[in-house]
Amino acid sequence: MTSAVSFQKVSRHFGSVRAVDAVDLDIAPGEFFAMLGPSGSGKTTCLRLIAGFEQPTAGSISIFGERAEGVPPYRRNVNTVFQDYALFPHFDVLDNVAYGLMVKGVGKAERHKAAEEALSLVRLPGYGARRPGQLSGGQRQRVALARALVNQPKVLLLDEPLGALDLKLRENMQEELQSLQKALGITFVFVTHDQGEALSMADRIAVFNDGRIMQIGTPEDIYQRPSTRFVADFVGSSNVLPPDFVQRYSGQRRWGSLRPESICVSNATDGDGVAARLVGTNFLGATTRLALDADGLRLHAMVPAGIPLPAEGEAVMLTFNRESLHLMDEPA
Amino acid sequence: MRSDRGQSAPLGLKISAACGLLFLHLPILLIFVYAFTTEEKSFVWPPPGLTTQWFAVTWNRPDVWQALSLSVRVAAISTTIALVLGTLCAAAVSRTKFFGRETISLLVILPIALPGIITGIALRSAFALADIPFSFWTIVLGHATFCVVVVYNNAVARFRRTSGSMIEASMDLGADGFQTFRHVVLPNIATALLAGGMLAFALSFDEVIVTTFTAGQQQTVPIWMLEELIRPRQRPVTNVVAMVVVLVTLLPILLAYYLTRDGDQIAGSGK
Repeated sequence: MTSAVSFQKVSRHFGSVRAVDAVDLDIAPGEFFAMLGPSGSGKTTCLRLIAGFEQPTAGSISIFGERAEGVPPYRRNVNTVFQDYALFPHFDVLDNVAYGLMVKGVGKAERHKAAEEALSLVRLPGYGARRPGQLSGGQRQRVALARALVNQPKVLLLDEPLGALDLKLRENMQEELQSLQKALGITFVFVTHDQGEALSMADRIAVFNDGRIMQIGTPEDIYQRPSTRFVADFVGSSNVLPPDFVQRYSGQRRWGSLRPESICVSNATDGDGVAARLVGTNFLGATTRLALDADGLRLHAMVPAGIPLPAEGEAVMLTFNRESLHLMDEPA
Repeated sequence: MRSDRGQSAPLGLKISAACGLLFLHLPILLIFVYAFTTEEKSFVWPPPGLTTQWFAVTWNRPDVWQALSLSVRVAAISTTIALVLGTLCAAAVSRTKFFGRETISLLVILPIALPGIITGIALRSAFALADIPFSFWTIVLGHATFCVVVVYNNAVARFRRTSGSMIEASMDLGADGFQTFRHVVLPNIATALLAGGMLAFALSFDEVIVTTFTAGQQQTVPIWMLEELIRPRQRPVTNVVAMVVVLVTLLPILLAYYLTRDGDQIAGSGK
């Protein structure tokens, strides 16, 4: 089966800056794919390479088997939902949504009908006569979504789709995007710096750092079995354990990752475990995050809220299941 | 420091403001009044009598029509050139990054910062050097130098306020460069161009200094007026022309002002 999007050794350099550096990537048709990474990691440049706003310095890109280098954005069957939505202020909502059909020469009645349908799809029926300036942020995003979907793209690109929304809207929109993607069966590729968003929405995630992909995998893979220190730390702030420490517990001298929620904290002063001192607590609602100092090694543990906690500065014993200690590929 | 005497401005300030406004606008009114005077050799106050004969006289003077037609043609063509070049330049400077961008934006604005006499002398010696005879086009060239600036300034400000991703969104939705320009760029900058164009037209219409250096024997309206003042013959004709010029330049500027006041109501809603 041909990939929806395929990158072969794709690089995009801006002068001496390697924004994207020899990236290999295969996105399956119908997949909900996330590109996750800190700002400046190359994820947005990758999205722009798929959209056609950037051309690769080296390597080749294909979209559903067709070579994409040199093909301008307006000849690609790919549509983008922009971070700032980029709605046209001089058109009303209906003409915004119908824009793609208008430039393709579809008649007015037909394109307005299609635009109405797209607006119902994003649950904004009857909003066609309004101006973008009269809509809330969440509504504008839906219009941007409808404007992209009306063209029936093979791949839909979303640049930080939830970045500008408040928490409640964000949660609603996450669910909505997921159900929309399932209903339409279109390949969705979205860029985010929020690991929670990537973990909860995507079928697969590519973690970017410094223009390279650190790891590609399912959310479980990425979260439970990070391959590098960067991934462990960036996705869910795992405890990164140095090779010497790991050797004591696993017998192998490799970097390890231990999830904060895998650590049990007890008041016991002896027994089989890691002796540590509690140096700080952060109440997070459902859980409490403990900062611990194990003989100079900074660790974090996540415990359910409501259980009694040792006082700050007290000595505690840390225990964890050996299986939850993940050994990473990165060389020691 | 706030005055203790309430919200109203002090009397002295009110009087000086009124005097200032009168000083600015009374001479203009005076020009209108002299257009109706019966005395044709010199301007005497009060006018010995009132008449409307000068309108008919002006209408029948071919030199007035020649000057007026030359001025309108020069202004129209300089403005057109300025609209094209100024918009392209503004787009380049605000949309892309390239080596020497700041220098270019400074060089474009320079003609309006430089005294007109410098531009005039420079152009005149350049024309002489290149052996270009004075013509309609030498005036147009001179006027275009500062008209471009006006359009450029208006367009660049509007470009900075419009989101750059809008153009990308248009391309993304399948519009090629021309369609994007027509449906997205132009409607968004149209009022700025209209305002810039009208201002450029008005500037060109009453330009004297650069024109003196680039016109040769031809007379635009302002130059014709200067000549008329030197030889007193049917003097009120000058005033009639002045009235017409005021109307011709004031109306577009007022229109431009109202058009750019709220940027929300822009033409071209894609219907």
